Formats: sequence, C-alpha cells, structure tokens
Amino acid sequence: MTFRTMTAAAALAMLVPAFATADPDAKLVVNGEIEMVTETEAPEHLEGLRTIRSGWTFRTEETQALQMDDFDNPAMIFVDQARDVWNTVEGDAGESCASCHGEPESLRGLRAELPKWNEEKGEVYTAEMYINDCRTERMGAEPWGWDSQPMKNMTALISSVSRGMTVDVAIDGPVREAWERGKEIYYTRYGQLELACANCHEDNYDNYIRADHLSQGHINGFPTYRLKQANLVSKHNRFRGCIRDTRGVPYAIGSEDFVALELYVASRGNGLSVEGPAVRN
Amino acid sequence: MAENVKARVRAPRSASAGEVATIKTLISHPMESGQRKDSQGNTIPRSIIHRFTCDFNGENVIDVKMEPAISTNPYFEFEAKIPEAGEFKFTWYDDDGSVYEESATVEVS
Amino acid sequence: MDFTRRETLALGAGAAALTLLPAGAYAATVDELVNEFTGGADVADGGVNLDAPEIAENGNTVPISVSADGATAIMVLAAGNPTPPVATFNFGPLAGSSSASTRIRLAGTQDVIAVAKMADGSFARTSKEVKVTIGGCGG
Repeated sequence: MTFRTMTAAAALAMLVPAFATADPDAKLVVNGEIEMVTETEAPEHLEGLRTIRSGWTFRTEETQALQMDDFDNPAMIFVDQARDVWNTVEGDAGESCASCHGEPESLRGLRAELPKWNEEKGEVYTAEMYINDCRTERMGAEPWGWDSQPMKNMTALISSVSRGMTVDVAIDGPVREAWERGKEIYYTRYGQLELACANCHEDNYDNYIRADHLSQGHINGFPTYRLKQANLVSKHNRFRGCIRDTRGVPYAIGSEDFVALELYVASRGNGLSVEGPAVRN
Repeated sequence: MAENVKARVRAPRSASAGEVATIKTLISHPMESGQRKDSQGNTIPRSIIHRFTCDFNGENVIDVKMEPAISTNPYFEFEAKIPEAGEFKFTWYDDDGSVYEESATVEVS
Repeated sequence: MDFTRRETLALGAGAAALTLLPAGAYAATVDELVNEFTGGADVADGGVNLDAPEIAENGNTVPISVSADGATAIMVLAAGNPTPPVATFNFGPLAGSSSASTRIRLAGTQDVIAVAKMADGSFARTSKEVKVTIGGCGG
C-alpha cells in the first residue's frame, strides 16, 4: 500500500539522522602516516568482550576528522605548550625536562605500558606520578596538580610521541593486587542510578544514553580533547565524571582507587593503539 | 592578554608561483562569550579575539570579524594565492588590546 | 571554555525561551543583521554553500565551512544563539578562493545562515538546520 510505504519511509528518514554514525570500516590514519588499530580482538583477561574498539569508532565523521591531522586536532596546541615547558628550566636544581631526557621523543613507548609498577617506590605509577617525581626530586620544582593544565599538557606531549604504538599494560606480578582492585571498581554499581562502568561500556556500548553514543570506555586516547570542555581531559577527570553521572560520590582524582581503575581500564585496551591526545565529543 | 596564548599555523614551505595553498590556523584562547555566569551568579565579562587577518607580502588574504559564537581555541582554514616568494603574516586581535602575531615564509621554486 | 552541565542546560533553556518569543520579534534580529550587511539590497536564495553537520555531537564545537564563487565577503549567523552573529569573512586580493572553515558554538538546534556579498554587489543567502544533541554524560 502506497500510504504505508510512505509512512515507513518517513519514519526511517527520521530515525536515520538520529543514529547516523560514521562508516564502521573507516580507518584512522593520523597525518597520513600513523596508522591506528581501532578494532581488534579483546585481550584474554577480558571476558565480557570479544572485540575491542577505540572510542574513535563511536564518533561522528566530523569529530573523527578532527583527530586525523595534527593541524585540525586542537589538542596539539597544548602539546606545543608542553614542548616549550619541556625545555624550560624550573626549580632549585637548574634543570629542565630536556636536561635529563633530551627530546620528548626519547620517551617513546612509555605511554603504551602505563600505568606500571615502580620498583623503587613500591607502587603502581601513572604518567602524572612520574612527572611529579621528576619535578620534586630531580628539578627541585613544585609538583603540578594531577588535573592542572600544565600536567594535562605534559601527559599529552608524552602520549603523543607514542602514538600508533600498541597498548601493552602488564597485569601480572606486583601490579596484580591493584589490577584486581581496579576490576572490582569496574564491576561495582555506584550512585543512585546503580550503574557500574560495565553497565554502560560493556553491556551497552553502541547503544545510546539520551543522545550519547556509548563507547567501550577505553582510555588509549587520553588525555583527550573533549569538544564539550574545549580542553584536554585527564583519565581521572573522566572517571570522576562517569561516577558523578551515576549520582554517586566519586573517588578523588589521583587517589589509589582511581590509579587502580586506570590500570584495569588501560589493560582492557591492550591491543589498541595509543591515540592520545585524541578528540572526543 | 589571555594567559599563555599560543598559535599554530600551517602554510607550505615552498610553492610554485601562482599556486593556491590551503592554510590552517589555530590559537589557544578561551573566547569568553560574555553569556556565562560564575558560581556567584555574576556575568563573566566577554573577552574574545574579535578579529583575525592573514596577509602575504603586505597584501590581504582574509580578514575575519569574529564574534563570541566562535569556539574556544579558534580555528580557521582558507585558501591563499602565492604569487611570489615571501612571508605570510597572521594576526589575532584580542578584546583586551593584545595582538598575537605569527609568520611563515614561503619559497617559490 | 569549560561549560558545566548546568551552564549548558541554562544555555539550552535560554535558546528554548527565545524560540517561544513571537516569531516576528526574534526574526527581526537576524533580518536586521542581514539588512545591515546588504544595505537593504535583494538577497537571492542559493549561490552560497554552507557545510555543517546535520547533527552536532557537541554544541560547543561545531565545524562549518562556507564558500561562494566570486564572493568578496560571507557573513555567518546562528539564528538561535543568544546573539546571532558568528563571523564575517572578508576575502582579500590574495584569497585563493572565497571559502573558509571554522568551528562555532550553537546553543541548541537551530538554523545557521550564510549570506554572501558578490563582487558585482549582489547578495546570496542559504541556511542549514543543525541539530545539537544534549548528551547523557555530563563529565
């Protein structure tokens, strides 16, 4: 019947834009040279997913395009700012980052395995913790706030030199206890809405929560430039936001609990590429 | 001047005479719209970059009047004719009177 | 610029309130701006291209492109913003084309309007609706 056909067509026309997502086979190549793995087999320890997908695959074409060229990616201006700071002497010891590390590129590979066990300190270490140790112990400078702009800029710089490398976070040995704690947090329901990380990012990825297209919640693109904040956003800031959205009381940014969660969530993305600083909505 | 303003520009290092090249620019700036209120309910005063210009060897390529609806960290992409070797000059004008400048030289082969 | 969830909602509410005003009262602002730009000259439909996403993932950063062959200037307006002006691109003698791209703020679903001033003094206009989603995840 013509009428029914038209109604169906009209209904479809209304539905399509609301769920218009980018081409599922789109490839992420940054600057025409860094090829990213955006979809691969889930790591063995991850029972709830067969395939892991970068957050990039959940974004619209327009947002995806912003990450494909460093002159379109607004995060890179903060990476530039961090490069200036890298070469600037600060603190009592008369040292800059460059004094010990030379070029930032010398840290290529670090981001792919963080967080990791720091033998000397006897705890799991994130990029922020390594940076502040350098500042306080080697440079004699004040530590940066975990979520401060200079810290986000510097973690973005350090991540940027590892882009395209495969995330490979260790989950055994001395980090195991923290990893188990992180896993426990991931599957614990928080807040008045009683939502665990897994409820959105494992059970319902690719579905919509209001107008938000739920991703698998990997952190290989962090720190990421969020269009909403128009700024770099740290992993812990995003964790805090998610728990707050459950109407729960989040752990503190930089807390041992969030470091444990960071380790566990990072390990769920083992096999994807380091994308940070990525661009997300 | 807004804190720690930094610009990025992409222009070709070399071109053939008369070539049309794509130029991209980005500058870090909060572009405070004047529409927001602080936690006490007071309006945060407008503080934006209100004009951007690009010139090549003193001749204008583009001159943009910018309003508070331009996003934080303003980005522009446009095309420029490169008639001869020379220098691009990029200028951003802040509400507070600050002027931010960037340049890029182009060789002609 | 860091919009909290509440501020974003407030912006959205502001836009909603504006749309409740009598159409004539609000449309005047856009019309006035167009009139100011054209000096009251007739404006043809078409002849100017405006690229914008059908759905913007976030209203804070919406990529748009405008172009119009032979235009000396293109003005962009966002009809549903608290103040509609967005930008005016003036193309100089060394412009490689009369085109430009930028990223803009949209306070909600609304029409984005581009008006081009041609070299011969005529004007052309186009508009495109951009839906702005309000996500579930404040962050």
